[in-house]
Amino acid sequence: MLKRKDLLGLRDLGRDEIIEILDTAKEMKKKIDNPALRDCTLGKSSIITLFYENSTRTRMSFMLAGSYLGGIVQDLGVAASSVSKGESLIDTGLNLDKMGVRFMIMRHQMTGAAAVLARNVNASVINAGDGTNEHPTQALLDMYTIRDYLGGFEGLKVVILGDISHSRVARSNAFGLVKLGAEVTLAGPSTLVSGSMKSLGVNVTSDIKGALADADVVMGLRVQFERQKNMPFPNTREYSTLYGINSSMLNYAKKDALVMHPGPVNRGVEFASDIIDGPNSVINIQVKNGVAVRMAILKLLYEAGASTDR
Amino acid sequence: MSLLIKGGRVIDPANGIDEIMDIFADGGKIAEVGRDIEKAADRTINAEGKWVMPGLIDLHVHFREPGYERKETIRTGSRAAAMGGFTTVCCMPNTNPVTDNDIVVEFIKLKAERAGIVNVLPIGSLTKGMEGEVLSDIGRMASAGVCALSEDGKSVLNAALMKNAMRYASMFDLPVFDHCEDPSLTGKGQMNAGAQAAYMGLAGISNDSEEVIVARDMILAESTKTPIHLCHISTKGSVTLIRQAKERGVRVTAEATPHHFTLCDEDIRDYDANYKMAPPLRSREDREAIRLALKDGTIGVISTDHAPHHVDEKNCEFQKALNGIIGLETSFCLAHTELVLGGYLTPSQLVEKMSTNPGRILHNGKGTLSAGADADITIADPNEQYTIDVDDMVSKAKNTPFGGREVKGRILYTIVGGEIVVDGGKLIKK
Repeated sequence: MLKRKDLLGLRDLGRDEIIEILDTAKEMKKKIDNPALRDCTLGKSSIITLFYENSTRTRMSFMLAGSYLGGIVQDLGVAASSVSKGESLIDTGLNLDKMGVRFMIMRHQMTGAAAVLARNVNASVINAGDGTNEHPTQALLDMYTIRDYLGGFEGLKVVILGDISHSRVARSNAFGLVKLGAEVTLAGPSTLVSGSMKSLGVNVTSDIKGALADADVVMGLRVQFERQKNMPFPNTREYSTLYGINSSMLNYAKKDALVMHPGPVNRGVEFASDIIDGPNSVINIQVKNGVAVRMAILKLLYEAGASTDR
Repeated sequence: MSLLIKGGRVIDPANGIDEIMDIFADGGKIAEVGRDIEKAADRTINAEGKWVMPGLIDLHVHFREPGYERKETIRTGSRAAAMGGFTTVCCMPNTNPVTDNDIVVEFIKLKAERAGIVNVLPIGSLTKGMEGEVLSDIGRMASAGVCALSEDGKSVLNAALMKNAMRYASMFDLPVFDHCEDPSLTGKGQMNAGAQAAYMGLAGISNDSEEVIVARDMILAESTKTPIHLCHISTKGSVTLIRQAKERGVRVTAEATPHHFTLCDEDIRDYDANYKMAPPLRSREDREAIRLALKDGTIGVISTDHAPHHVDEKNCEFQKALNGIIGLETSFCLAHTELVLGGYLTPSQLVEKMSTNPGRILHNGKGTLSAGADADITIADPNEQYTIDVDDMVSKAKNTPFGGREVKGRILYTIVGGEIVVDGGKLIKK
């Protein structure tokens, strides 16, 4: 059983914990389509989302997941809160703690912010993305989707393409997929993928066609224009010419390869539109699975807390 | 007041001394160093089994006054220095206002006189406001008594301006202490680039960010025929560059900090910002290069870069946390444990790095136990083993990663101008 206060990343999660979350998510998924199955698993626990960075999918997905399980869900509008008056992260957390918040779900632009919050508050902290570190729930929903379609991970060839160096999604997926036996290749222009990532147990390459050969999963990442100061490539036209995936590029991968993307997509940059909307794409399925995975995490952390008499 | 130190192992590299001797000091000066001195003294210290060294000198500290007194003051900083065996410290100019004119220099000297218990020497900035645009009032600061010039935490990025600053400083015989870092290469980096940064998801700072300025400023020292002192060298590549420059006769000296020869990036844990500093803790390989450079003399000085910060400035997001750690109270014990007991330095070489060589760079007559010199003396027990306890520290700040570490070597006496300020390991002046 998941025995932890917080979910900060896949780096710290054991293999069994990952499997438990994925198994639980399978149960939870039924509640998405069938409101009659929604219940009070979380016993009216308070759930606060704190997003220091913008988000469509993750925040809404967490809020719905909490609601489907009978939590009381509120969003702390960070822009309109005392954060804008300079209140520190720790002080913000301590205040929410005192109001009886059971879960703090945070996205933050700085690596390690979730860890800092977690060690200062009693509430369970769920990392919804911290800097260039981790985005564990995204990786878990990706893994859920992969397992759902392909049956498992052992020996699977997963290629993650694009802006690797800024991507917490790539990192969380690498940690998780490697633990479960997949062969992970990170591919992108040499200025966006660092050789030091090899230490995570993955392949690193700038040879896009070589990376795609016989791939079971092709995961694209958004080029994070907002994080670039010194542009690591000349322009988006050149990027999409060299690294964008269109149907002829996709032919290098296995015929039924899954096409995945955490969103939001820059259409025509990392993936051509016909790929995004094509038969191999599970991009929208990922979003649905995200709600299930987040329900599972809330449920498991809630039960872990209840059993340890917080 | 007269003072007799009996039977200690006197280590004074400036005079080639490393043997059991006595020291007699009177009127604030060293009067005699020799065997079996029999003289009546106001105070006699039995130093048997102890090291008796010229007072330790730290070329690189931040006492935060004026401007950031909640982090440290000259009062608290000088007490931390005394507890660490330092009799002379040089204060970096990143105060508020910046130490870029004679008025601030006079203020620091006044505070040092009133509240300091060791020699506190101000360093002036190279450029006005440390903004890298126009020279500070270097001549007026020289008259007011700065011991050196430095842009502290940054490099003067305009090479022509740096060249002018070096030439102008040489006119006043002022050493230039050079922080080497190209900020465009540091970028948003938070720790050393490499496997550990990849593991932790923090943006990396590559070694070249230091090395390009090390190379540039040694070239400028060569072309202007002026000396340059390179602060807190952290990379293997910098060591190689310095070694090559010394071979061709460039007047370069360099320092390393205790944290860079003790720790490496693999030690960084739990996003604990007490491991965050500039330059960052480098790789294991870099650390070994620094130790070897200390051993072969390529790096001749150990400085602490004592950088006090308030707890709120460290107990926060790693990226938001300020750079630097305190170091005065742990410098000697770490240097002794890591470098002497670690087999890199002889005791005499250690004293050279912590007193003799910094004294030579300041060329103010410090760093020696010669007769006639100021009676700045440090006595340490090399055999005392203990665990570093942050709560025991007298610095106002507690930002150090060394709490809980086992070390060997404790400062017992710090004597400044013949006056005992640390006596038997205890601070005399509160």
